[in-house]
Amino acid sequence: MSASETKHAGLNLGGTDAKTHAEAEHAIFGFWIFLMSDAVIFALLFATYGVMLPATAGGPTPTSVFKIGPTFAETLLLLTSSLTYGMASVAMKHGSPLGGIHRWLAVTLLLGLIFLAFEWHDFSDMFAQGAYPTRSGFLSAFFGLVPLHGLHVIAGIVWILVMMVQLRVFGLDARVKINLLRLGLFWHFLDIVWIAIFSTVYLPGLLP
Amino acid sequence: MNGNDERRAEVRSYLVGYAGAIVMTGVAFAIVQWPIASPKLTFAAVLTLAFTQIVLQFRCFLHISLRRSARDDLQLILFSTLVVALMVGGTLVILLNLRERMM
Amino acid sequence: MTDPVWPMLLGRFTWDSLPFVRAWHNPTTNELIAAAAGGIVVVSGIAVLVLITVLRRWRWLWTEWLTSLDHKKIGILYIVIALVMLARALVEANLMRLQQAVAVGNPGFVAPEHFAELFSTHGSIMIFFMAMPFLTGLINYLVPLQIGARDVAFPVLNAISLWLTAAGAALMMASLVIGRFSTGGWSGYPPFTEIGFNPGVGPDYWIWAVTLGSLASTMTGINIAVTIYKMRCPGMKLMRMPLFTWTSLCTAILMIFAMPPLTVATALLALDRYLGFHFFTNALGGNMMHYANLFWMFGHPEVYIVILPAFGIYSEVVSTFSSKELYGYKSLVIATMAIAVLSFTVWLHHFFTMGQSASINAAFGIATMAIGVPTGVKIYNWIWTMFRGEVRFTTPMIYALAFMMTFVLGGLTGIILAFPPLDYIVHNTLFLVAHFHNMLIPGTLYGLLAAYTFWFPKVFGYRLDERWGRISCLCWIVGFYLAFMPLYVLGASGMARRTQAVMETAYRPWLYMAEAGALILLCAFAALIVQLWVSIRRRGANDVFVGDPWDGRALEWSVSAPPPEFNFARLPHVDQAHWFYDAKRKYAPYAPPIAYHDIWMLRNSAVAPVIGIASGAATFGLVWHMWWLAIFGLIVIFAAVVARSFVRDTHRVIPASEVARIDESWREATARAQPVPREIETSPANQGLALVRS
Ligand code: HEM
Ligand SMILES: [Cu+2]
Repeated sequence: MSASETKHAGLNLGGTDAKTHAEAEHAIFGFWIFLMSDAVIFALLFATYGVMLPATAGGPTPTSVFKIGPTFAETLLLLTSSLTYGMASVAMKHGSPLGGIHRWLAVTLLLGLIFLAFEWHDFSDMFAQGAYPTRSGFLSAFFGLVPLHGLHVIAGIVWILVMMVQLRVFGLDARVKINLLRLGLFWHFLDIVWIAIFSTVYLPGLLP
Repeated sequence: MNGNDERRAEVRSYLVGYAGAIVMTGVAFAIVQWPIASPKLTFAAVLTLAFTQIVLQFRCFLHISLRRSARDDLQLILFSTLVVALMVGGTLVILLNLRERMM
Repeated sequence: MTDPVWPMLLGRFTWDSLPFVRAWHNPTTNELIAAAAGGIVVVSGIAVLVLITVLRRWRWLWTEWLTSLDHKKIGILYIVIALVMLARALVEANLMRLQQAVAVGNPGFVAPEHFAELFSTHGSIMIFFMAMPFLTGLINYLVPLQIGARDVAFPVLNAISLWLTAAGAALMMASLVIGRFSTGGWSGYPPFTEIGFNPGVGPDYWIWAVTLGSLASTMTGINIAVTIYKMRCPGMKLMRMPLFTWTSLCTAILMIFAMPPLTVATALLALDRYLGFHFFTNALGGNMMHYANLFWMFGHPEVYIVILPAFGIYSEVVSTFSSKELYGYKSLVIATMAIAVLSFTVWLHHFFTMGQSASINAAFGIATMAIGVPTGVKIYNWIWTMFRGEVRFTTPMIYALAFMMTFVLGGLTGIILAFPPLDYIVHNTLFLVAHFHNMLIPGTLYGLLAAYTFWFPKVFGYRLDERWGRISCLCWIVGFYLAFMPLYVLGASGMARRTQAVMETAYRPWLYMAEAGALILLCAFAALIVQLWVSIRRRGANDVFVGDPWDGRALEWSVSAPPPEFNFARLPHVDQAHWFYDAKRKYAPYAPPIAYHDIWMLRNSAVAPVIGIASGAATFGLVWHMWWLAIFGLIVIFAAVVARSFVRDTHRVIPASEVARIDESWREATARAQPVPREIETSPANQGLALVRS
């Protein structure tokens, strides 16, 4: 077994920090399993959405409330934030000055916040059109699924903040590194869930 | 491979993943905004693009590779996919069938 | 009496929420029973607090148990919770049996609503707060020892799981004292549990208690899976693991993937109830059938979550008390994995009658029958293991034998239920109740009790009294047959489950018989308590500090009883399955290690109790609409998690000299002990050292 072998999902520290790399194996595996369990939750909410799609109860329908423009913008924001987080983790791995990691994390944070602002705006638009969750089964399913992703993004943002503080306090010790790797998996995972959201919720809803 | 090469390769992997993701996302939105095929076909295309993009992100952002990843990780992904397929597929088959029979 | 008291502070609490007040105003037998139940909870709660204070044991309790991250202590605490909850659920079962026996052609003494609470709490407790904590406790205790590890992969997470389970159990208990529990059964089907039909606190108690249990189990599953995948000692390949570890792994995987559907089901129901969503309502496009679908996507794997560990236990017990290697180890492992996968493909058999097409029913019916095959394989494995073995009928072995015979019967009635046209006839009758108790009592409860008897000496260092163990075991067996065989008859003749009063007088004798059985089952539990009491009194005579009272096979038997906090003075290296069993015959397993080293262990942490108490408070606040409490609880949980991530001084060292002292005193004891032959292993001659004839 060489130190540069891929021991777990996500970026591997490999030879840059062999001791933490060894420790990371089970720490990251546990988090990866958690994400799979979380993925099952999302999958079931997608299935729920599929089941409830026709249950509009005479209220708003997908076509009448979804908008392609903001959805596209949100997608770009989240995708880009995935890239910037990747840059942060490369910087962390290769021991760049802390400033570099901070900067990339801050950019990711900012993109996440703008994403949330867009989403918030979307939802309030929908409410204004009478599309609120208590209106119909379809809207319940929509608001059960998409805001849950939003809540995950909020959790991710809080986590980024905590990690920025920890970087200040502890520098790059083993636990900070491992948690940054975990946070990376989490952030990329949210990106992937969003792909599923725009491809099975928004875009089909906009088709005639 | 020394540290610098490794770093460059990793940055490249993220950039490739990003570029691919942008392209596939763009195409998916475009064929919905400016339809060129029937809705059914477009939907199928969107789903295919999404699937490809997810695989790409697994490869480039999550660094999962059939060749190099640990066996445990791959088994886990396989099993999760199986369970998700069973649950989502089963739910849709059962409840849509029920809906049909009640209409 | 029915107006809210200080709604800002106490939410929807009214004086009427207290069973004591209700009984005061309306002293019927029904209300008096409720008040007595609440009274028992309050009085015993106070008694425990007073006792700890009088004995000045608070500090000890806090440092030795509540904040400990030792997987062994956490395991024991799980089992304590399970036993307390078992006692309650058994009493409730007896009340139901008594009511049905009395209420033939008259209303009986338990009112309909109260009866509904009884079966709802009984079912929810037995599954979520008896079976689950019990087996989680066993897994927690045993798996690290069996794979040669010092602890589980994530000890803090482990403690948090324990405390979330405890919070759920506490909610169940609180529902006896304040308010009422759900009347919706253990499955909580809407629309009956929706706000429109059930505006009270009952379904909310159910939702949050179950959700806490569900989250805790998901986290346990992750923890155990990582432990088994990544923490095995050198040489412990997957195919060398003891079977209990294998079944624990499969159970853990099932927990990881099957608890999420439950979480989703309860969370969506909560959205309906709290925020007016329409997932499962009758109106505006709600779809209550989807709830059944979600619930059973969890519910079916759940029955394997509770049964697979028992399969592992029986494998260990049967092979140990037959002094033979497990027959067909590989096929047992494969069968276990097959069951784990197949258990995700059969959930629809719980709602064959919902109205989907016959071909869908047929597909799931066939899948259900298929799952019987790997289970059958296992039964043969155990039989062949005993064949020509040196079989001893100790208590765990009697449980195992009773299990094999009884479980096969339950399996046969299961095949009947798996056949949709027949299911249409007996669906929702006592036939079903008889069937699943016929699976769960031998399949889970007997297994847990066998494990309790089998590993008790390892955990506490002395054997349990054999005579009382057998009395209890006999009562569990006889009681089961008497209590549940009549239900097959009743069910087949059309008696619906969850029936509070019975109109058909022909049912009476069968109901009497079932009542007699339930009483014997209660005696079985009482015998268990007596056994514990007697064994504690005589612990000196039954001491097995050396640690191997049954000539065991797996690694947990290779250390002292109870094991030292670090489990192994030196992590073992194994070169085959049941390495310890062979080592006893070929090498000298009790020879001291060449050198001792410092061992790093985790310091205690208060984070888990804080999270547990805060989540209990938060969910209690949600149940009663005390929003301030809910928000406060959530903030505390968040703060605790963040604060823990800033703690760096997490470990303490046990110096090599201390390790050496502990280990050497144990090795001296092994040298002094008299080896015991198998024939007299249940006598005081057993000092925990096995006589081996090689
Ligand atoms: C050992 C003695 C036990 C007795 C005497 C007993 C008795 C009963 C009775 C009378 C009912 C209500 C049947 C009805 O609907 O009319 C019931 C329901 C139930 N029991 Fe037990 N039981 C026992 C043990 C267990 C165990 C060990 C488990 C699970 C591990 C269990 C799980 C359940 C469940 C899930 C229900 C269904 C509750 C519902 O209808 O929602 N029981 N039991
Ligand atoms: Cu089932």
